[in-house]
Amino acid sequence: MTLRTSALVAAAAASALLAGARALAADPPAHPPPTSASGDVMVGLCDGRTSLELKGVKDASQVTPEQARAVADLLMEDWKKKNPEARWDPPPAGAKVAQASQASQASQASQPARPGAKPPTSSSGAAEVKKEQGANAQSGHTYGSFSERDQAIWRASTEQFVKEGHRVFHDAKAMGGTVAISCDMCHPDASNTHPETYPKYQVQLGRVALLRDMINWCIQNPVRGKPLADDDPRLRAMEAYIYAQRKGAPLEYGKH
Amino acid sequence: MGRGHKSIETRHHQERDAFFDRLRHLDRRSFMRLAGLSAGIAAAKGLIVPQSFQLVSVAHGAEQRSGFSFAYISDSHLYEQKVNDRFIRSLLRAVDDVNRLSPQPDFVLYGGDLAQLGQKGELDLGAQILKSLKAPVRMMVGEHDWFLDMGARWRELFGEPQYSFDHKGVHFVTLMSVNEKDFWTARGMTPMERMQTVAGLDNGVQSRFEVGPEGRAWLKQDLSRVDKKTPVIVFSHSPLYKYYRPWNFWTEDADEVQAILAPFEKVTVIHGHTHQLLTQRIGNISFHGMLSTAWPWPYAPEGLPALTVQMNRADPFSAFDGCGDGRVDVNGNGLADKLYNLWDRNPVTVRAAYLASNGKSDRPAATTLPSY
Repeated sequence: MTLRTSALVAAAAASALLAGARALAADPPAHPPPTSASGDVMVGLCDGRTSLELKGVKDASQVTPEQARAVADLLMEDWKKKNPEARWDPPPAGAKVAQASQASQASQASQPARPGAKPPTSSSGAAEVKKEQGANAQSGHTYGSFSERDQAIWRASTEQFVKEGHRVFHDAKAMGGTVAISCDMCHPDASNTHPETYPKYQVQLGRVALLRDMINWCIQNPVRGKPLADDDPRLRAMEAYIYAQRKGAPLEYGKH
Repeated sequence: MGRGHKSIETRHHQERDAFFDRLRHLDRRSFMRLAGLSAGIAAAKGLIVPQSFQLVSVAHGAEQRSGFSFAYISDSHLYEQKVNDRFIRSLLRAVDDVNRLSPQPDFVLYGGDLAQLGQKGELDLGAQILKSLKAPVRMMVGEHDWFLDMGARWRELFGEPQYSFDHKGVHFVTLMSVNEKDFWTARGMTPMERMQTVAGLDNGVQSRFEVGPEGRAWLKQDLSRVDKKTPVIVFSHSPLYKYYRPWNFWTEDADEVQAILAPFEKVTVIHGHTHQLLTQRIGNISFHGMLSTAWPWPYAPEGLPALTVQMNRADPFSAFDGCGDGRVDVNGNGLADKLYNLWDRNPVTVRAAYLASNGKSDRPAATTLPSY
């Protein structure tokens, strides 16, 4: 599967932005769509069974966002026909939907399995949800009907965020450093960053600081870069990475 | 007379004993300061004859005969000046420290990781700075010096990384202990990619450090002509024991190397790489870490040797805090006191007696700001 088709797969299934799907291209999905006899662009749905040929289109980069949207809708229609039993809630307007990838399955394999948990499959989980409908359990909206596969997707999305943070944390240039110093040089595995102790009064700053204030302090001082804006994706990703390394540490805000 | 009463003579002798006891625990610099001070006070009082409490004898007491000292500087991680001059300033500070020691140490051990990425410009710059040391320099190699060109430039500058020498009755051995099994060929890495992989502490791709079979054979051969009663001091960049594998605070064949050293009565290992105050004893072997001039490392989340009294965590707002250099005082009996000269803090000495007593006596000052 080419990079472009995989991006389109993501766009189709996610109804999401093409830009968001770029990052996924590094982890090719497991189900390549059939190839077109006439060399047209083929778009596959992430169920691994549904696909669509874009008649006369040879170059996926020429597809406009409106056309991609239409392709996504067609594929979704097709999928709903094949899965009439699925309880499908349309995503709230403007919401981004996470994507499963190969990486999610690999990372899941390294974690201890929940007792009784089934391994993730390529199915939507609709059948399982239907089975649960008769169970003596309270119902809910999103959280009332999620499958193992959903969990794998959420885990993968989180891990992807953390992984991006790991990249920035280890890359002096990516964080805007000018003296070839990266965070990991003093903080291997984000050690001694103690995110669990923030917010706290940072004596040297003379005010209460959040973890991100200290990240920015380090970027300005040892790293000799410019501080990142609060909504800078690099700052957000680094926070994600740092917190992820301290899983299990009790929160002790204000600790010195 | 009540039980709590002490005669003036008793009090005098107790104070006197306590005074001399404290003196024995002073490091050389504090001793010189105090000696000067007390001599000055004596002079100001118009006293010519030395008084009983004036410092006239060496601080280390009578039981320690003719010892000697060597200084160390380690883990400077130099970039070229156009990239970063902070680490260069730190190394210059260490060189000034050592050059100010009086009397001068017998030699200076450079503990490895002179360069950050093993580049010619970095190694040449380091070699040039070390030339301004007044005392002779003994070089040791670190992984940051090695894995770009597999030691080619380092050897041109400093010779073979593995050698031994005898000095004032002590047998010194310098090991090349940062060999790694080939992880780069199969991955098709360029030399710089290999170097950068090794340079990352939390990079799990690389192999673990080892002296390797050839190095161990050389060590065995070298020590075969040394009497078992001769004190042996080993310089190694990697710790020569197993502390924390994920960060390569680790020597994969540590057990084999320790077995070679075990028959000797007095063995001290001085190692680099860990950038922290680190104390370990295994059998007859005492291990001391060295400070880095560039940056301190946090203590690893597990595996810390029980004898280690942690250094206070570093203040990131001070570019020099947690860094420094130091000195090793080899006592007349061949055992070593290890001084950590932490910049802008009080120095910490880990005495041979602390290790020999398995932590029962001479405990270094306690940690007040432990690692998170």
